[in-house]
Amino acid sequence: MAERKNGAVAEHLNAPAGEPILQVRGLVKHYPLTQGILFRKQVGAVKAVDGVDFDLGAGETLGIVGESGCGKSTVAKMLVNLERPTAGEIRYKGDDITKLSGRALKAVRRNIQMVFQDPYTSLNPRMTVGDIIGEPYEIHPEVAPKGDRRRQVQDLLDVVGLNPEYINRYPHQFSGGQRQRIGIARGLALRPEIIVADEPVSALDVSVQAQVINLMDRLQTEFALSYVFIAHDLSIVRHISDRVGVMYLGRIVETGRDAEIYDHPTHPYTQALLSAVPVPDPEAREHRERIILFGDVPSPANIPSGCRFRTRCWKAAERCAMEVPLLAVPAEFRYEAGPAAHDSACHFAEEKQVVPQEPVEPPGEPTDGSA
Amino acid sequence: MTDVLLEVRDLHVEFRTRDGVAKAVNGVTYSVDEGETLAVLGESGSGKSVTAQAVMGILDTPPGKITSGEILFKGQDLLKFKEEERRKVRGAQMAMIFQDALSSLNPVLSVGAQLGEMFTVHRGASRKEAKAKAIELMDRVRIPGAASRVGDYPHQFSGGMRQRIMIAMALALEPALIIADEPTTALDVTVQAQVMDLLAELQRELNMGLILITHDLGVVADVADRIAVMYAGRIVESAPVHDIYKAPAHPYTKGLLESIPRLDQKGRELYAIKGLPPNLMNIPPGCAFNPRCPMAQDVCRTDVPPLYEVTEAGADRVSACHFWRECLNG
Ligand SMILES: Nc1ncnc2c1ncn2[C@@H]1O[C@H](COP(=O)(O)OP(=O)(O)OP(=O)(O)O)[C@@H](O)[C@H]1O
Ligand SMILES: Nc1ncnc2c1ncn2[C@@H]1O[C@H](COP(=O)(O)OP(=O)(O)O)[C@@H](O)[C@H]1O
Ligand code: SF4
Ligand code: SF4
Ligand SMILES: [Mg+2]
Ligand SMILES: [Mg+2]
Repeated sequence: MAERKNGAVAEHLNAPAGEPILQVRGLVKHYPLTQGILFRKQVGAVKAVDGVDFDLGAGETLGIVGESGCGKSTVAKMLVNLERPTAGEIRYKGDDITKLSGRALKAVRRNIQMVFQDPYTSLNPRMTVGDIIGEPYEIHPEVAPKGDRRRQVQDLLDVVGLNPEYINRYPHQFSGGQRQRIGIARGLALRPEIIVADEPVSALDVSVQAQVINLMDRLQTEFALSYVFIAHDLSIVRHISDRVGVMYLGRIVETGRDAEIYDHPTHPYTQALLSAVPVPDPEAREHRERIILFGDVPSPANIPSGCRFRTRCWKAAERCAMEVPLLAVPAEFRYEAGPAAHDSACHFAEEKQVVPQEPVEPPGEPTDGSA
Repeated sequence: MTDVLLEVRDLHVEFRTRDGVAKAVNGVTYSVDEGETLAVLGESGSGKSVTAQAVMGILDTPPGKITSGEILFKGQDLLKFKEEERRKVRGAQMAMIFQDALSSLNPVLSVGAQLGEMFTVHRGASRKEAKAKAIELMDRVRIPGAASRVGDYPHQFSGGMRQRIMIAMALALEPALIIADEPTTALDVTVQAQVMDLLAELQRELNMGLILITHDLGVVADVADRIAVMYAGRIVESAPVHDIYKAPAHPYTKGLLESIPRLDQKGRELYAIKGLPPNLMNIPPGCAFNPRCPMAQDVCRTDVPPLYEVTEAGADRVSACHFWRECLNG
């Protein structure tokens, strides 16, 4: 096992195999809070993202979970350049895209595309589906010459499982799941390498959600895509992710491979989050331990000192108020090779199983059978 | 011995719109006992809320219209009540909790005033008594520092706190029946756990009947005694919670259960029900689920399946599928 210092971000043990396609280091986004009408005086900052590090490997899916307001969408927007970071680096194949501009930035942006949460409001109601999906070609005409666009768009419709003849229809003529397919087709138009998907299925019903998840799975293989997949549904994130990062108040507090996080969480916040997920198995009710967190997430304008989770943590001790826990493999697990040895930002990290391990056989065929 | 509290029988509700008649509820039948939790499960648009609004007597009429059916509450048909009598039942005997607490609370009235109003209007309490009651209720739903927050307005509370205040409001007069329409859908799992815990505890304490409307199969498994699954305005299956998860007797229920990703395993491909729910202006003939059903036969395209009594795999179950037996065993 590699020697590593507490808090070192290089050579993460949990880093993806091969050269990462995206490396995020110390990413920060603070929104200034101002007061006064004539002389706007800065009185503080909303620390929406407050120091985030992660790697994304080629062809990999990194899931990001956390409660609402913890900064997931802000991270996503910085990745696709819709927001400028206050500090930090986003290295795409080694180049820091936060330092790029002009033509170089445009070239990189083509390779990182976003799919949004809300299929109802993220599509312009006055544009046809063809115009929506083809819009990115206006900015990047080199990808599809004008005469070829219609065919390209029809191909994309076909790829996402929509009838290519729908090209002249408007968004309101489609259901939520179909609109999300349109959003995905648009995200694919420039043939990007990375798709940042911000809650892509949260607004969809269960049966339609499964269709869209399967589509995203298929497209990943077909087009060798890397995904950053943001969601608050922890079951979906487990289903689709190779690695998972758990966010709390602007930081990643625990990260690891999916089994490390779900079956061997060591951070109290992850444990509470997982234990709160209702499991679709009535037999699990009786023998399940629930960790009920008290209170709400503190305001990101007023982050607690030391460990930011301490105001809701049942294990919080004096040290937690004094010392910021770093995201690293905790000392007690550093010299073992087991699944508990993954990054966790807690002074008192310990393993705790919170997801029931003996699933009752689901009805019909086993769930790992294909549809 | 528990008593039947509410019985909905063959309820039909239509909406007359410019585009045509939407048959939102097409023969819903379900019942809730005292102290029982019935989960009504179904996709968006399946008629869960409209049924609940009909039971509460708060349906938008027009465009909505109850075309037939009975709603028996403690044995009396509410549909035969005058509006005046209906209003007395509402609030005092049955209350509703909505998904979006912010838009169902009055934004310009303090939370204490809204809670207190329940007691001044229904119980003739003085303002001072009402305020004391409001604080007591806020305490009961675990709003920290209730006495100092009783004058605060809804927007000053977090989403989870507002939902707890809604619960307080619904519980104020200790009704016999609570209808909670997606009470935690807008909340994070951690807050959802707080709210569901509270609701279940108060329900036990007061022995209320609870109708929990949701599309979350996890929440259902956690709290329900019975489930009624809705599709295109009908109950397609109803059964005790343990039996239905073990062996669904309707292909739609089965599809739903198979299509959820699980927290305890990393799956490959998810089972996906093909197609989309029907347009309620144009429900397919025969079984409404037939265009999406992997088990559909010719008879499904012509004959509407009645609610068959499921005589295997547990008692007290019904399924609206011609082939429920094959579904159970397949
Ligand atoms: N005021 C109204 N006017 C016209 N149609 C209505 C009205 N209210 C509801 N409907 C229709 O009735 C049907 C059932 O609605 P309902 O709100 O009960 O669905 P639901 O299953 O609860 O859906 P959701 O999960 O989205 O809330 C829908 O097709 C809806 O569009
Ligand atoms: N433009 C903005 N100005 C001020 N605060 C903002 C802005 N955008 C986001 N925030 C705040 O940043 C925090 C994180 O937001 P967001 O990333 O949208 O959360 P999530 O997507 O996890 O729900 C929230 O507290 C939010 O209110
Ligand atoms: S560092 Fe302390 S407060 Fe933070 S998660 Fe660990 S035990 Fe809890
Ligand atoms: S009646 Fe026929 S179409 Fe309907 S659910 Fe049963 S098998 Fe499927
Ligand atoms: Mg968001
Ligand atoms: Mg509804």
